[in-house]
Amino acid sequence: MSTATTSSSATRVGVPATTSSRATKVLGWLTLAGFAVLVALAFAWVPEDTRITEQGDVVGQFDAVRLMFVHVPSAILAYTGFGLTFLASLAYLRWRTDWWDMMAHSSAEIGVVFGVLTLVTGSIWGRPTWQTWWEWGDVRQVTALVMVLVFIGYLAVRRIPAEAAVKARRSAVIALVGAVNIVIVNRSVDWWENRTLHQQSTLFARKIRDETLFTLSFSFAVGMVLFAWLLLHRFRTAYLESQIEELEVQEALEERRAEADGADHGREQP
Amino acid sequence: MGTAVFRDAWLIAGKDLRVEMRSRVGLNQIVPFAVTVLVLFAFALDTDQEALRTYAPGLFWVTVLLAALLAIGRSFAVDLADGASDRLLLSGIDPIAVFGGKALAVAVQLVVLEVLLGAGVVLLFDVTVHRYGLLVCAGLAAAAGVATAGTLYGALVAGLGVSETLLPVLLLPVVAPVLIGATRAFQDAFGVAGAEGWAWLGLLAGFAAIYGVFGALSYGALLEEA
Amino acid sequence: MTHVGYLIAGWSISVGAVLAYAGWVLLRGRSLSRRVPENRRRWMMPDD
Repeated sequence: MSTATTSSSATRVGVPATTSSRATKVLGWLTLAGFAVLVALAFAWVPEDTRITEQGDVVGQFDAVRLMFVHVPSAILAYTGFGLTFLASLAYLRWRTDWWDMMAHSSAEIGVVFGVLTLVTGSIWGRPTWQTWWEWGDVRQVTALVMVLVFIGYLAVRRIPAEAAVKARRSAVIALVGAVNIVIVNRSVDWWENRTLHQQSTLFARKIRDETLFTLSFSFAVGMVLFAWLLLHRFRTAYLESQIEELEVQEALEERRAEADGADHGREQP
Repeated sequence: MGTAVFRDAWLIAGKDLRVEMRSRVGLNQIVPFAVTVLVLFAFALDTDQEALRTYAPGLFWVTVLLAALLAIGRSFAVDLADGASDRLLLSGIDPIAVFGGKALAVAVQLVVLEVLLGAGVVLLFDVTVHRYGLLVCAGLAAAAGVATAGTLYGALVAGLGVSETLLPVLLLPVVAPVLIGATRAFQDAFGVAGAEGWAWLGLLAGFAAIYGVFGALSYGALLEEA
Repeated sequence: MTHVGYLIAGWSISVGAVLAYAGWVLLRGRSLSRRVPENRRRWMMPDD
C-alpha cells in the first residue's frame, strides 16, 4: 500500500523527523543565551525604581519594576503577532495562497499566547503598584483584554472542521475586522473614562534610568528572536498539517480509483 | 447602478421582514426572552429601586445585545434553510445590496425591540426620560451599529455548523464600543449621570459607518464561496 | 529586594507558559513530521 511506503521513507534512520532546521537551531540557542543575559541584567544590574519627592518621601515601583522585563516584551510580541496576522490576512485575500493563510494562523496563535501573558503579568505588576489586580480605568489594559478576546474568537473559527478555502477566507475577514476593531475599542475606552493610570510612554520620559531602558531594549531583542523561532516552528507545523491533509485526499482518491477499476473489470468479464 | 443597489437592498430588507412578520419568531420568542432578562436583572439586583434606576441604561443595552444575537442568528438561519441564499446569489443581486438589505431588516427589528424594552425599563425600573431627542438618536445609531457589525459576523459564521455558539464569541467583543457609547448616551437621556450624551452619539454613528462600509466591501468575498 | 512573591510569580508564569507552548509546538511538529515523506519537508533537506 502507498501508506506503507511513505511512512517507511519518512522515518528512515538518520533523518530526524522534526520541524527544526539550522535556522531554528541558531535562533533557539540565541534565545536561550539572550534570556540568561536578560535575567542577569534584570536582577543584578538594574537598580530598583525609586525617586525622592520634593517632600522627601521615597516613592516608585521598587523591585516590581523587574516585572517590566517580561511584561513589556510580552505586549510587544502580542501586538507583533496580531499585526502580522492582519498583514498576512490582507495578503491572503489578495493572493489566495496557503502560505499566507498558514502565516496568519501561526502568528495569531503566538499573539494570543503572549497576549494572555501580557494580561497576567500586567495584573501581577498592577497589584503592588496600583493596589489592584485589574484597573478598568486603564485604557491599555482594557484594550488588550478585548483584543485577546477577539483573537481567541479568531482561533475558535480556525479550529472548526470546514472546507479549507472557506475557513481561510472567513478567518482572513475576521482578522481584518478584528484589527480595525482594536482601534475603535481603544478610542472608546479612552473616552469612557477619559483618564488613564498607565504611565504615559514611560520609555521616553526622563525619569527612566539608563540601565532600565537598556534592559528593556535588550528584552525586546530577545523577544523578537524568540518570536522568530516560535513562528518558524509553528508555521512548519501548519505546513505539515496541510501536507497530511493533501496526502490523505490523494490516498482516498487512489483507493476510489482502484475500486472503480475493479468494478470495471468485473463488468467487462462476465 | 446606484439606484439599483438601493432598490435591491430595499427588496431584501422587505423580504426578511416579511418572513419575520409571518413566522412571528421575533415577537413570540425574542421579545419575551428580552423581557425575561430584564426581570432577571431585577432579581439579581434585589428590590433596590435606586440601583435599578442607576444601572438601567447598561442593563437595557446588555439585554438588547443578547436579543440581537438571536435576531441575527435567525436572519441567516432563514436564508440557509431551503437554499434561499444560493438562489439569492444566482439572482445576480449586488452583494452590497444583500448586505445593506439584511442589515436594514435587522436594524428595524432591533428598533422595535428597543421600543418595547424601553417601555419595560420605564415601567419596571422606574426610569424617567429627560431627553427624548438624544434617546431616539442614540437608539437608532446603536441599532445601526449592532445591525451592520452583526450582519457582517452573521455572514462570517453562517453555515459553519456551530454558528449559534460562534456568533456570541466573535460579535460581543466587537460591539463593546456600542455598549459603552449607548449606555453613556442613555445615562444622559435618563438623567442618571451627567455624561455628554451627544458626544457619545458620534461614537455610535462612527461605529455604524465603519462597519457599514466594512461589511459592504467584504460581503462579496464571503458570498463567492457558495 | 521588595515584591519577591510578585517577581517570582510573574517571571515563572512567563517562562512556564512559553516553555509549555514551545514544547507543545515541537512535539506536535515531531509527530506530524513522521507522517510526511521527507521530500515534502524541505527544511530538512541537505543544503541546496
